Amino acid sequence: MKADRTLIERRIVFLVLALAVALPLIFPLGLRTKGTPLTKKAYDLVDQTPTGSVVILSFDYDPSTVTELQPMAQAILEHAWKKGHKVIATAMWPQGSQMADMAFENVQAKLGQKEYGRDYINLGYKVGGMVVIQGMGRNFKTVFPKDTSGLNYEDIPLLKTVKSLRDIKYVVSLSAGDPGLKDWVLTAHDKYGVSVAGGTTAVSAPGFLPYVNDQKQLYGLMGGLKAAAEYELLMEYEGPASLNMNPQSVAHVLILVLIAIGNIKAWRKRKAALKSGEVANG
Amino acid sequence: MKKNLPLIVAFASGLLILIAGFIPHKPFGMLEETLTNWFMIISSFAILLGQISLIQANVTRVAHRSPNWQYYLAGLISFAGMVVFGLLWGMEKTPGILGHGEGISQNLGSKPFDYIFDYIYMPLSATMFSLLAFYIASAAYRAFIIRNFESNLLMITAVIVMLGRTSFATWITSWIPDSWGILQLPRLTDFIMQYPNTAAQRAILISAALGVVGSSLRIILGIERSYLGGGK
Repeated sequence: MKADRTLIERRIVFLVLALAVALPLIFPLGLRTKGTPLTKKAYDLVDQTPTGSVVILSFDYDPSTVTELQPMAQAILEHAWKKGHKVIATAMWPQGSQMADMAFENVQAKLGQKEYGRDYINLGYKVGGMVVIQGMGRNFKTVFPKDTSGLNYEDIPLLKTVKSLRDIKYVVSLSAGDPGLKDWVLTAHDKYGVSVAGGTTAVSAPGFLPYVNDQKQLYGLMGGLKAAAEYELLMEYEGPASLNMNPQSVAHVLILVLIAIGNIKAWRKRKAALKSGEVANG
Repeated sequence: MKKNLPLIVAFASGLLILIAGFIPHKPFGMLEETLTNWFMIISSFAILLGQISLIQANVTRVAHRSPNWQYYLAGLISFAGMVVFGLLWGMEKTPGILGHGEGISQNLGSKPFDYIFDYIYMPLSATMFSLLAFYIASAAYRAFIIRNFESNLLMITAVIVMLGRTSFATWITSWIPDSWGILQLPRLTDFIMQYPNTAAQRAILISAALGVVGSSLRIILGIERSYLGGGK
């Protein structure tokens, strides 16, 4: 009987959560998020880098975290292209390469066509994590002799000036775990002195905060969908992250309400148990 | 020899990389470069090994009609399908054995491999991750109960941070004057994340780093041998 009740309660929770997520998607609430200094730092890094600089966007995630990280990647890519940066896409995760292609396609649909090989290039996935970045620090070409379409390194105009990581102005790693942002910080910044900013899922962002320090190991940190919405806000447009913040905010509030209900229930149960104990003891 | 050779290789490689970290000049720098290149090559073989292991494990389960064997069969069919489509028509920019497959791409809108990736794999993968929200909601309702001082503290922090991470945060505490700005939810959330959280995270990081140094030394010196397999 108790098991039945738990099952029904769980189903109600699932149904209410589904509604809490679906309704704000269908009827947006028009909520706006407020910027935080960590996102602003990442924005400033891109904003203050001179036109024509070669930069790296590393797509260190796969489709499971696309909801949080793809809007972030697109907002940064749009910003970089608007500033005239030449973007190299790399991937420490096998499916990161496809995520990069998707970002390039979506941002080009908005900003207009960019020239592959001159404005951007996708070097694809390389296995090895930190060791790959160390290799890039010594000699870029030995790690990525070809791009994802099979073009030779020396035939790609964008890479003409790139011999090693030291020729890169900044790295932004969109990271869902290991390998990812931590490897970029410990290698690209700490060993080769390249500025590194990062975007992670909300759940892993707290673990990266110690790297945002006076040494600027991590130049800026964007944690989850909220940070993506903040970046869109700084770019002065409302994109997918801003829209998806509505259901996420409602879901967060709902979870808090559920915690409150759960606690009231537990308190009442404890009180009843105490009362029945007193009755039994006379 | 079977036991000692891997130990000697691990000792020599570990020592070389360690020395190269302090003396990045010839011959150590060059040796480090060679060793890291070998690492990348060996790691690539690990992917192949993983695929072979996946096939073996799934085929065995299907052959023995293990419980839920149908799911393992579905996994094998999906794996084979992606390999075949990738080999025949390639991916977005790269051709396969049969070229770019213009005819089939025209019908589907993209190559079969990309079509399956975009319209099946990606939504399924994102859905699996999204399901976590339902379990978190259910767990929060059933398990996040105040029982003592520590859980009370955790609850208060969780409420502030969770609410501070929503778009409602600014709106709820906008009435608080700037002179008391630290009490505004977004700023209070930032404070918690930046100071108590970072301090704790830094302690964890330093402890973990010391642990890594310790276990690396144990491997280099041959004290820790579990990576050789075969129990202790």
